[in-house]
Amino acid sequence: MSQAPPLIETDDVVLHFPVSGGGALGLTRRAVKALNGVSLSVRPGETIGLVGESGSGKSTLGRALLGLETVTGGHIVFDRAAVTGGKRQELSKIRRETAMVFQDPLNALNPRLTAGEAIAEVLRVHKKVPKDKITDRVAELLQMVGLDPALSARRPQALSGGQCQRVGIARALAVEPKLIVADECVAALDVSIQGQIINLFLDLKEKMNLTLIFIAHDLAIVRRLCDRVAVMYLGRIVEEGPTEAVFSAPRHPYTAALIESIPEIDPTVSLPDAPMQGEPPSPLNLPSGCSFHPRCPYAEPQCSRDPPPTLRRRDDHGWACILDPGQLPRPQTATRLQNA
Amino acid sequence: MSTPLLKVDGLTVETKTETGTHRIVDGVSFELQKGEILGLVGESGSGKTMACRALLRLLPSSRLSIPKGSVRLDGKEVMDLPEDQFRAIRGKRIGMIFQNPASHLDPVMRIGDQIAESVRFHHGGSKRAAEERTIELLQQVGIPDPKERSRAFPHEFSGGMRQRAMIALALACDPDILIADEPTTALDVTVQAQILRLLKELRDARGLSIIFITHDLGVVAQLCDSICVLYGGRVCEHGPKERLLAAPRHPYTAGLMGCQPAIGATGERLRTIPGYPPTVDAMPTGCRFHPRCSNEVAECSRRQPPLEAYEPDHVAACYNPVGEAAALPAKESA
Repeated sequence: MSQAPPLIETDDVVLHFPVSGGGALGLTRRAVKALNGVSLSVRPGETIGLVGESGSGKSTLGRALLGLETVTGGHIVFDRAAVTGGKRQELSKIRRETAMVFQDPLNALNPRLTAGEAIAEVLRVHKKVPKDKITDRVAELLQMVGLDPALSARRPQALSGGQCQRVGIARALAVEPKLIVADECVAALDVSIQGQIINLFLDLKEKMNLTLIFIAHDLAIVRRLCDRVAVMYLGRIVEEGPTEAVFSAPRHPYTAALIESIPEIDPTVSLPDAPMQGEPPSPLNLPSGCSFHPRCPYAEPQCSRDPPPTLRRRDDHGWACILDPGQLPRPQTATRLQNA
Repeated sequence: MSTPLLKVDGLTVETKTETGTHRIVDGVSFELQKGEILGLVGESGSGKTMACRALLRLLPSSRLSIPKGSVRLDGKEVMDLPEDQFRAIRGKRIGMIFQNPASHLDPVMRIGDQIAESVRFHHGGSKRAAEERTIELLQQVGIPDPKERSRAFPHEFSGGMRQRAMIALALACDPDILIADEPTTALDVTVQAQILRLLKELRDARGLSIIFITHDLGVVAQLCDSICVLYGGRVCEHGPKERLLAAPRHPYTAGLMGCQPAIGATGERLRTIPGYPPTVDAMPTGCRFHPRCSNEVAECSRRQPPLEAYEPDHVAACYNPVGEAAALPAKESA
């Protein structure tokens, strides 16, 4: 494991969105508590998966990392520049050195620009190459993401979803970023195209030593692509560690329940007879103590009483739970892979 | 074998566009037995949703038409029934649930009232009886405090609860068949597991037959008894789940299984299908999968392969199926 300083680091980041209309006369101030103390560090060249159910704050964290949301508390530092300070110079460094890939590839592209123009725009704004070299660079970028440069004259409507997503990735690569945040970038694609994009990321990761923060709800994809994974629940990281360690022996009951809920293609591995009950509570109204306790089969009285557990660490694997390692049953998939 | 509950034969849907008439569903046939869960699997544009909407005559646009096809319910042809008689089948014999329940529930009507309305429309009876039935239904689909919750509006329900309410609405008329169009795609995995379990319980408890439309082979493997794979509006493979997943015959089915990120180690490349699914106005000739197929032979681009039986109930439409030595010379080797 490299001991390079982290490329991006967050320290106890809190982000609350105020909303109106609480209480009897709409006078109570309420807030959607999207992030509640997130500490995470990503080293250069690492691919980290952020997973969790809807409302877990994974997208908000991704946006906050790039300075696209103003945090309520805590610090984010990108390559020695403070994202959270809001200083013009530092923000412009972040804009020049990071990029984002979005979920809906068609809506993320300007419908009036051709694929080539959309990429050239990035090159021009960031002055990445001299004017006369732009066309060549566009063709190179399109090839890098596996698109025929002849497609550069097409507008997004004339491209398929998978092709649009490749253009979106080419735009991100045009910045020559140190960090890419990909937010559910394969969720809207067909299964056969999803695989192509995952392979593309795996290739790019190898060739360009990309640092990638991959936000997804699909754990199988994260397991395939990411070196490390951070599991979020209601604005907190509940477990974090090397992908294989987390998937084969989860230490937080929420991670274990998530893994059990993935439908396996092997008909001999069945879904749990008693799936985890309920749905995540509203981030407007967080449960006391550990916010997972109302759904947790292992909850003790202290879980609802004491402040939420902080991340305990052992051999690079952190978990925020009172349970000790080995107290949770190993997922079916892990045992099966071992026997195979 | 007994008469299947539902037999769809040669169902075809056409769309008229500026570029001409295109077949988006082309001769789809399948059978559904009582108590069976059939998975209709395919990517976008494969015609899986259109085929099911066509058999309910719920085509979303007047540009779409059904030039041919037969749908038999209990052995009785229903395709040529006039609309007023067909209404006794839609909803009452065959219910449907959708991917996004929020857009299929009336936002300004209480959940309970919507279900009671459906009960009274199909079964008549008093208001009181309909209300009791509604509460019973909500309880069956696992909504806690059904009496209280029946007074709620759809926006007061979470995504999973709305899908449960939608299922209760579809069950209100005690249908024999439930068509479920990607009902869990928009839900979180933990909630998806709950809904899949609920559907299985409903099948076991009341012998409900389910057509489950999905793109997720994992869901199919967990829930369904048999699988029908569609590509470009045609059936390319159909068979019992265990056989089809263990020994897929059609290269597309095999390709879809290879795309599953769950099988394999971190960092390992996925075996993918090259290219993109075809669009309606540019369907390839012959077998519609041939431009993306690794098993292509010369015949593939010329003629549409017929469905051939490998086991009595396992059929695939391919000239050069997976798992067999190529019967015809490969195109490139010539």
